[in-house]
Amino acid sequence: MKNFEDYMALLTLYSDYALVCDSADWDQWPSFFTEDGRYRLQPRENYERGMPLCLLALESRAMIEDRVYGVKETMYHDPYYQRHIVGTPRVIKEVVIDGVAHIYAEANYVVIRTKYDGDSTVYNCGIYRDDIVKTADGFKFALRHAIYDSEMVPNSVIYPI
Amino acid sequence: MRETQPTFPKDPQWTDPGSSRVPFWAYTRDDLYQRELERFFYTNHWCYVGLEAEIPNPGDFKRTVVGERSVVLVRSMDGEINVVENVCAHRGMRFCRERQGNAKDFFCPYHQWNYSLKGDLQGVPFRRGVKQDGQVNGGMPKDFKPEDHGLNKLKVAVRGGVVFASFDHGVESLEDFLGPAILPYFDRVFNGRKLTILGYRKQRIPGNWKLMQENIKDPYHPGLLHTWFSTFGLWRADNKSQLRMDAHHRHAAMVSIRGKGGKADEVVAGVDSFKETMTLNDPRLLDIVPEAWWGEPTVVMTTIFPSIIIQQQVNSVSMRHIQPRGNGTFDFVWTHFGFEDDSPEMTERRLIQANLFGPAGFVSADDGEVIEWSQEGFTQKPSHRTVVEMGGTDVGDAEHMVTEALIRGMYGYWRRVMGE
Repeated sequence: MKNFEDYMALLTLYSDYALVCDSADWDQWPSFFTEDGRYRLQPRENYERGMPLCLLALESRAMIEDRVYGVKETMYHDPYYQRHIVGTPRVIKEVVIDGVAHIYAEANYVVIRTKYDGDSTVYNCGIYRDDIVKTADGFKFALRHAIYDSEMVPNSVIYPI
Repeated sequence: MRETQPTFPKDPQWTDPGSSRVPFWAYTRDDLYQRELERFFYTNHWCYVGLEAEIPNPGDFKRTVVGERSVVLVRSMDGEINVVENVCAHRGMRFCRERQGNAKDFFCPYHQWNYSLKGDLQGVPFRRGVKQDGQVNGGMPKDFKPEDHGLNKLKVAVRGGVVFASFDHGVESLEDFLGPAILPYFDRVFNGRKLTILGYRKQRIPGNWKLMQENIKDPYHPGLLHTWFSTFGLWRADNKSQLRMDAHHRHAAMVSIRGKGGKADEVVAGVDSFKETMTLNDPRLLDIVPEAWWGEPTVVMTTIFPSIIIQQQVNSVSMRHIQPRGNGTFDFVWTHFGFEDDSPEMTERRLIQANLFGPAGFVSADDGEVIEWSQEGFTQKPSHRTVVEMGGTDVGDAEHMVTEALIRGMYGYWRRVMGE
């Protein structure tokens, strides 16, 4: 990536996303996606063996909003804090498709979970493989694909990774 | 209520008659847990090990467990399905480390003992000793018979593409084990069609393994704990339903027909999880298309004791494998699948509806959470007991879901087999 402004925008997207996930400001989560943007949280085994099943496969921003409603209103769960540590994104390629500039980028991540009265433990770790588009409204995810090594989920995943 | 008994009973006895009050210690005692492994997982029962579609070709294998014992499900070169215990006949090593793959034979890296895919010992390095300076050194004793030192072979039963195994070669047939009341629900899903594997989801739940059997024998909770079920009418007290058990009351089927959902005072008034105004932003999450093989029911949840739950919840079908790890934890492994004649749209629909289920599911994530909290309560005061008395204290089939009769049935069976 030659354009430093673009790279700054990419860094900002990654860090803003992590901060929203950690701040419990779930209503902001859909705003990182285009209208038909997709969110996929997938165990590495399925990804590597070419099996399509994800832990979560949210196929539009509207579906991501439905997930936010679930997290806030409908799912009974233990409360917990989470903390994302995201590596510096690596740009894989930049292409223009139908006049839209796409950036394909990836970054390692670790999410640490802390339950009230509990230890801080590694909860989910993996890599984001993303398709990001430049829009009039800034950089947005056309796809945020989190592929996780932590295949044996510690009971449940409620909040966004 | 005031409780006077000691928190940790010295000689715990299940004194109540029947099975409607389950002692907390039934979920927390190591000695009972080991007896459960012996009597439910290692003798007299069939345990789920996988689907034929996971090992379609000769040499394909998948490592899994029966109870806590590691086993390998493998298709040998003649196409036959075998299950062998993952313990080398020599020095006891768990030799198979990959979770799946394709192999011509099995071998233990430690001393390179080699086995056929059916588990027969084929090669022992230096069996006849090593010649040095005109002398033969070492070697196995002359009377060593390789045929006596194969891998432990399990009895195998395959029905409709589903593979069960048992360490107990005297176990009854799979069909007798399931019984005439449950078999039709099994065959309804596995009617001979080829399955396609969509993928796996795995979670470690800090609770006793029986709690998951209970959860899916409990039609009382879904319309209360799960907003999606109550609000959208997928599963709630005013749905038409049937509860069925085998003659031993160990297996069960919860059968239901989706209702209209919405507000109906007698079933949703005062229910915290019911959201009258909730609508979906993306209706694809509940884009339900009836399939001919369903018949009338829109959901059938079948619990096969002790190891497997067969899920058909509208267009989402999966096997949920219970893998116990001590009395306070089990792994829960979901294999989602479809059928060979599924259109791409149906596959997509199954994948999107899968968002309701699994460790992050809109519905199922809560189940893992409440099981964890139940186990915490049991551990806190093992002398206490649950009250499983919705719908009475007896055991029997029902034509409604306002009952915990299936759980009582399971614990009646548990008491008979465990001698508690």
